[in-house]
Amino acid sequence: MVIELSVLDLALAALLILALAGVSLRLGLGIGQRLVVSAARTTIQLLLIGLVLKLLFDNAHFLWVAAMAAVMITAAGREVMARQKRRFVGWWGFGLGTLSMFVSSFTVSVLALLVVISNTPWYAPQYAIPLLGMVLGNTMNGIALGLDRLTHEASARRAVLEARLALGQDWDETIADTRREAIRVGMIPIINAMAAAGIVSLPGMMTGQILAGTPPVEAVKYQILVMFLIAGGTGFGTVVAVSLGARRLFDERQRLRLDRLRTSAD
Amino acid sequence: MPTLSLHQLRTRHVGPIDLDIAAGECVCIRGASGSGKSLLLRAIADLDPHAGAAVLDGRACASMPGPAWRRQVALVMAEGQWWADSVGEHFPGGCTPASLDRLGLPADALGWQVARCSTGERQRLALLRTLMQQPAVLLLDEPTGNLDEDSTARVESLLGDYRREHAAALLWVSHDPRQAARVAQRRFMLEDGRLVEEGEEEDGGESTSVGHARCPDAGDAAW
Repeated sequence: MVIELSVLDLALAALLILALAGVSLRLGLGIGQRLVVSAARTTIQLLLIGLVLKLLFDNAHFLWVAAMAAVMITAAGREVMARQKRRFVGWWGFGLGTLSMFVSSFTVSVLALLVVISNTPWYAPQYAIPLLGMVLGNTMNGIALGLDRLTHEASARRAVLEARLALGQDWDETIADTRREAIRVGMIPIINAMAAAGIVSLPGMMTGQILAGTPPVEAVKYQILVMFLIAGGTGFGTVVAVSLGARRLFDERQRLRLDRLRTSAD
Repeated sequence: MPTLSLHQLRTRHVGPIDLDIAAGECVCIRGASGSGKSLLLRAIADLDPHAGAAVLDGRACASMPGPAWRRQVALVMAEGQWWADSVGEHFPGGCTPASLDRLGLPADALGWQVARCSTGERQRLALLRTLMQQPAVLLLDEPTGNLDEDSTARVESLLGDYRREHAAALLWVSHDPRQAARVAQRRFMLEDGRLVEEGEEEDGGESTSVGHARCPDAGDAAW
């Protein structure tokens, strides 16, 4: 059913990248080298993951799937941390995003695998890994955006927050506005994506399935499922991460502790 | 019985500080910029981590939740901060027109937009906002820093009455030695992180131009 692509087919597509690099050189955009390097990275990284998935599919053992999932979530946790301009010092910097993603993405994915898809075995890597990947990728975005907004706002509005504390308000009341705004910022992208799906954009997963020969309506059903899972994972993940982060900004005496953040060098 | 006691209080380059402020007493602190006056007030209000203890009427700061302490030991910052659009939203319990009037503000001031208020109006409103919570101790960081002479006199008078009627302890940071002489019973300089008491060399200083601030009869109570 699937029309297999040859190396020559991919090489033809790669000409586009080379042509673009040529234009960059001619216009002096200075991004030609980065473009080529990125294209090369895409090729190598995707080929590698293709091999890994092939291995995984051939050895569909629960432990291997779990190990793969662990690697994915660790990488996502690092990515969340790397995207923060101000991160929490110590283990909180890495742990906050990772824990929130674990709580939301894992729960949502496992729930979908067990209840909705109910394949045997439920952890069949062909379903588990792509599903987790899509949920995790989007949750990561939401958490990174939400936490970044939270710590940015708390730093920028320090005087206001402390004035409210000085009036005897408790930490929860003091940070409520900022927390609400941060959660909203984390959730807006997926809400927008759902609103635009099918009209402005054809989601990648669905497109891929259609290209691979799946009947459109079946592909659409999977896409709807995935959208809901992503929205659930992103939403709950952002709520958990921002709420924990907001709590961490205050100590046991309910003082604002911006010294628990450090600004990243880059 | 002293209302507020500080025992070996230390925060960054300030302290250790030992100080008792009796109920109904006003203590004034002056000092160069950067000497740590605001840091000291923040530590007493428990807004910064600090060593040593602050005790209010025998109850240690550490023995009660932070917000409960801060409602009793209220810090009025030099720069008032506002988080909602209208003034009234910052007064959850409302504000009596009499108090507004005493600071030269009209009764409808609570309906104002914060953005429309002048710096001086905001400073007086921020003070009132705290007074409405009736704290036992007031930590005042230059409460008249942005005010003209008339408004300064009003604030000094209002705070004097509050101190007497509520037997409140006031810790007043001021740049102005004449104001310190007018409002405070004891005066200190903060130098190298230590409090140095200033002598009572000019005894008449306590009742100068704004004599009514020290008037024993309270007059019209605003609360």
